[in-house]
Amino acid sequence: MTFETMLSTMAGGMLKTSLIFILTLLGSLPLGMIVALLRKSKIAPIRWLISGYISIIRGTPLMLQLLVWYFGPFYLFGWNIGGWRFPAIIVAFVVNYAAYFAEIYRGGIESIPQGQYEAAQVLGYTKTQTFMRIVLPQVIKIIMPSVTNEVITLVKDTSMAFTLAYAEVFSLAKQISASQASFMPFVIAGVFYFVANYIVERIMVRIEKTMDYYQ
Amino acid sequence: MILEMKNIQKQFADLEVLKDISFGVDSGEVVSIIGPSGSGKSTLLRCATFLETIDGGEIVYMGDKAAWTNDNGEAEYVGPQEMKKFRGYCGLVFQQFNLFPHYSILKNIIDAPMQVQGISKAEAESNAMDLLKKMGIADKADAYPFQLSGGQQQRVAIARALAMKPEILFFDEPTSALDPELTGEVLKVIKQLADEKMTMVVVTHEMPFAKAVSNRVIFMDGGVIVEQGDPKDVFENPQEERTKQFLSVFER
Repeated sequence: MTFETMLSTMAGGMLKTSLIFILTLLGSLPLGMIVALLRKSKIAPIRWLISGYISIIRGTPLMLQLLVWYFGPFYLFGWNIGGWRFPAIIVAFVVNYAAYFAEIYRGGIESIPQGQYEAAQVLGYTKTQTFMRIVLPQVIKIIMPSVTNEVITLVKDTSMAFTLAYAEVFSLAKQISASQASFMPFVIAGVFYFVANYIVERIMVRIEKTMDYYQ
Repeated sequence: MILEMKNIQKQFADLEVLKDISFGVDSGEVVSIIGPSGSGKSTLLRCATFLETIDGGEIVYMGDKAAWTNDNGEAEYVGPQEMKKFRGYCGLVFQQFNLFPHYSILKNIIDAPMQVQGISKAEAESNAMDLLKKMGIADKADAYPFQLSGGQQQRVAIARALAMKPEILFFDEPTSALDPELTGEVLKVIKQLADEKMTMVVVTHEMPFAKAVSNRVIFMDGGVIVEQGDPKDVFENPQEERTKQFLSVFER
């Protein structure tokens, strides 16, 4: 296998890696907010359910969660899991990352001083207006560094999809390396991940800069 | 009467913070509330502005009941829809200003009138600029709260409260978080509002200010009104032993 073929095969894997990355963010960023808000619900069973969910997700390996999401439907319900591979990966990643984002959001929400809520209440803002206009914009600024951290981890975590033999860049690197008895695929994979994270970092820094106008 | 508070009771866990407090505020009146810390002054203000719920008594704004004690002896409030009207009657200026840090000064002032009262942007902006001129900080319209001194921030907070055109404006120790050299500029603005017959209730530790500006002084201690009356009488000829004691601390 020539270096060019190797590179282009792995570039194809990088596309699949990016797909996992993008779909996971699109799902988990909003879902995490819903989870964070439910965690503060007035209904106690909902709060228990949510904190149980966060505990389990944070207390077990993502790799195990991937296997459970993929094989669970077959072993539990005897369902045919053909074609379920990619959806299972996305569900596992979204559910996992939403739990982490929820905790970041919660920390951000709790750091907003009570006085902000009181000022909004006295001015007559509704609860929704208070959250959307006063609290959320400030929360986003506060949590940005933690979110950046999580997003960079996600780029690397996509490699776990190899557990389910999904042809993203890390799976391909392993396969090609084994078949060609070459170390080169791992070097290429390393460069791909690094470049991807460099881009992510630049983008996040830009987003953080747009919120530099206040303290 | 703009506001009547009747037999107000408020308890936090086992601590009775307000014990049967009654007082009223007439239109154009400036009332100062003084007293040692922990006497219930701030709680009273927070009850009047609906930040805290009362446990008993009656809150009446403009002749309409916002809260009352029902037959079971529990405090009951009007529904959320009617509550909006009552919230609109009162404004509150906080000790810690509580400006919105992510909004410019102008946006801090126009946002609530636009979002809550549905006033057009043009009208809200022209009102806000008039208020900022009055507060002497028109040049700060585009700045952000963190760029302003404490005194300037508090004047923005006053403008923000006034932009909602409240019937009555409450101040919760408006100068307590300020450096001594900055208290003057805030007190001057409150004095100016008093001259314009704005109805106000001011919780303060600034005794000379309370004496000079208010029509009536209320001295609170231990959750009750110990003494109230004309500032001259209360300050120069207090009747109650507790009032004399408290005021003597300030005479030095």
